[in-house]
Amino acid sequence: MSGTSVLPRARRRPAANRAAVHGLLLAGPAILFLSLLMVAPIFVVFGLSFTDYSLGAIQFSFIGLGNYLQIASDARALGAIGHTLVYVAIVVPIAVLLGLFLALMIQQRRRLRHTYEVLFFLPATSTFVAMALVWQFLLHGRIGPINDWLVWIGLGRIDFLTNPATALPTLAVIGAWQLVGQTTILFLAGLSSVSSDIYDAAALDGMEAGWDRFIRITFPMLGPTTLFVVVTTTITAFQAFDGVAALTQGGPAGSTETLLYKIYLEAYQYTNMGYASALSILFLAFIAALSMFQIFVAEKKVHYS
Amino acid sequence: MSAPNASRDMLRMAGANAVLMVVAAIILLPFAWMLLTVMRSPAEIFSDPFGLPQGFGIVVENFHRAFTTVPMARFLFNGAVVVTVLLFLQLAVSIPAAYALAKFPFSGRNLLFGLVVAALCVPIQVPMLPIYIALAYAGALDSYFALIFPFLFSPFAIFMLRQQFKAFPNEIIQAARLDGFSEIQILLKLIVPSARPVIAAFAVFSITAHWNDLYWPLIVVSSQDMATPPLGMLYFRDGDLGTDYGALMAGAIVTVTPVMVIFLIAQRQFIKGLTMTGLK
Repeated sequence: MSGTSVLPRARRRPAANRAAVHGLLLAGPAILFLSLLMVAPIFVVFGLSFTDYSLGAIQFSFIGLGNYLQIASDARALGAIGHTLVYVAIVVPIAVLLGLFLALMIQQRRRLRHTYEVLFFLPATSTFVAMALVWQFLLHGRIGPINDWLVWIGLGRIDFLTNPATALPTLAVIGAWQLVGQTTILFLAGLSSVSSDIYDAAALDGMEAGWDRFIRITFPMLGPTTLFVVVTTTITAFQAFDGVAALTQGGPAGSTETLLYKIYLEAYQYTNMGYASALSILFLAFIAALSMFQIFVAEKKVHYS
Repeated sequence: MSAPNASRDMLRMAGANAVLMVVAAIILLPFAWMLLTVMRSPAEIFSDPFGLPQGFGIVVENFHRAFTTVPMARFLFNGAVVVTVLLFLQLAVSIPAAYALAKFPFSGRNLLFGLVVAALCVPIQVPMLPIYIALAYAGALDSYFALIFPFLFSPFAIFMLRQQFKAFPNEIIQAARLDGFSEIQILLKLIVPSARPVIAAFAVFSITAHWNDLYWPLIVVSSQDMATPPLGMLYFRDGDLGTDYGALMAGAIVTVTPVMVIFLIAQRQFIKGLTMTGLK
């Protein structure tokens, strides 16, 4: 800073001290809430995960790795992890591939580009619980119009949300529906950073717009964007909760119990805080690993504005 | 460009538009169904879901039931209070902190910034667990305070604003100090106005995220008086209204409309805010 260097030496230290005090004062409230709402709670969760603490209990004891061993033998907890992975494995490919496809289609539109952006983004803005209930009506086994259409085209009725075989994939498709607008927008931002000079050069070499150009130029240039979109979509999908809470409450037959829903049940319905803490630490480990990957690997290479 | 080429391009464009419109129709289906249903009486919904609406009276009736069988107005009011107060407090905490991180060399600054970045990686549901226990022991559950408290620290706001403030020229700050501006005046009169687009992007992000949030209200709210709109939607589902689709859709419409209106007014900031986070 050139401003401070012109001050005489004797006055520089008080100025530096004052800056330090001002800095701490300005950051004070944030430091307080960071400690109170983030740092301390994470230590508490970590500590509780080694206890059998139950909300309201007068006393509790340390049980070492007991909760973690219980997870390993709890079929419902393992099921919840499995359901979450299946959910992610359905949501991410749909949201990413459809988003990429839509971005490529929209990119070449001039007049309608903005209209499409707004239309595809509407699901991301709307309250998921409310729209999930609309989906439930649409997909209803007896009175939903989608089943009427299935019958009309000669297929049988599907009890989308009440059949254990289809409930989780159905929730995942609804989840993907909400995320498509976001992936589309991110891919559009990535596409706008692919220089048109490259396309011009390719055209000179006789490469036309189309599949060939997409595979050999566009997609490699989009690599960093794709990585970013995949990771952020995975993180969001991993936290699946609203659809489960609104439509299935984990059922039918526990087939849609996700990890976050299981944590919700253990902590706030059964008050098993110790066990819920161990599940939370597991949940944190998954998300934090993905987030760090994003910040330190993916983010560095992404060009979006 | 030769004529056959041009007509081929026209054809391709028409094809692309057709595909996009089909996808748009599928994506917008729930919104269309919501509007169709709210214009129908319970009998018509099942007998003639795609017929022309039978008049405005039924729409009014459906909305009337949505507002009278559950305290819908109260839910909307609660949602508005929570997102407004929360946004104000988040900015009041984050703006000075971001300014300090950007422009003040104080000891522990790198540690603080490191913790802010680390906090970006933490799913909020994890610290919520001890916060819930503390609120339960303090007897503070089921209150506006409980609904707002866990979100007062927003690593996302601090991170975004700090990046923005860093680019603000030091020379102007120095000159303002020489002119006798206090640090608060510099912050409010110079720095904050320069960051208005980022603040707007954060505002729409915060309003949307907290208006739509279900997880935390579901945990801390136990009385209907404190419910926010998403929680209110669950009361619809649970009550006798579960099969009153006209009223249910009316409730869904009033729940999604406020945020949708903000989206249509501030699309640019909205998209920027949502995409910059990697969401949530």
